[in-house]
Amino acid sequence: MSFLPWEEVPLSWFLLLSAVLFSLGVVGFLIKRNLITVFMSIELMLNGVNLSFVTFAHQWHTVKGQIFVFFVMMVAAAEAAVGLAIIISVFRARATLAVDRIDLMKL
Amino acid sequence: MHLILFIVFAGFCLAGAVNLLLQTHPVNSALSLIVVMTSLAVLYLLLGAEFLAAAQVIVYAGAIMVLFTFVVMLLNAGREERTQGSRAARAVGFPAVVVILAVMATVILYAQKLGASSVRDGITPTEELSAMLFTRLLLPFEVTSVLILIAILGAVSLARPGNGEPHGGAEPKGSADSQGSTERTGGQ
Repeated sequence: MSFLPWEEVPLSWFLLLSAVLFSLGVVGFLIKRNLITVFMSIELMLNGVNLSFVTFAHQWHTVKGQIFVFFVMMVAAAEAAVGLAIIISVFRARATLAVDRIDLMKL
Repeated sequence: MHLILFIVFAGFCLAGAVNLLLQTHPVNSALSLIVVMTSLAVLYLLLGAEFLAAAQVIVYAGAIMVLFTFVVMLLNAGREERTQGSRAARAVGFPAVVVILAVMATVILYAQKLGASSVRDGITPTEELSAMLFTRLLLPFEVTSVLILIAILGAVSLARPGNGEPHGGAEPKGSADSQGSTERTGGQ
């Protein structure tokens, strides 16, 4: 990559940021020990992917990428509602949020 | 101007994401996730997606994160205890993350067409978005609304007390709570 002139933000920086956000989400998914925080890491991954959709929509002068992000937001809202309901249900049954203690299906 | 805005808000974004990983209390993690989402809205605006910037603030930073903080407070989630985690996650997960990040960064930095273009001025008008959404993509849009409706019903029926039976002789406090809310829902 050549050195960039002042005042120009290359689109690859946005894509790099989205890749880093996605990777931080995966790391959070692996290291966090609280059910709610694990769920938040998933949201972080979704946001990273959304950023790269918007970047590509900007690059190709098209609106389809933004529509994709719109649908991802809708599905994320539905997912958050159902997921948090499941978390409440799990908490009511097991009285804990630590993922180490919710191991009924572990081999 | 673009460069300064990008650097500032990308920095906020990364700081929030790292802070989400470092904090041990779920409320702090939720608040740093709000920082991430709000600065992402500014980045969307920088890329000309004005509708998505507004939707990001309203839907993500507003609705979804309010739901998260609400659940954290409702369940009285305390500080998480740090444990070792699973051995498979350490052996396979972290190398896989590094590999994924390296591959994506390599592709992004060395792809021919990506390095060439940079951020232009100009905003995608919301009319364009809605014209596409309400003509060609009307069926997926309506299906999404049905999905949201089903998700609401599913969330209500999942979170309703009496669904998750207390495991063994579980805590009396939780059952007392569910008793109270049973009466409340019964009253409605």
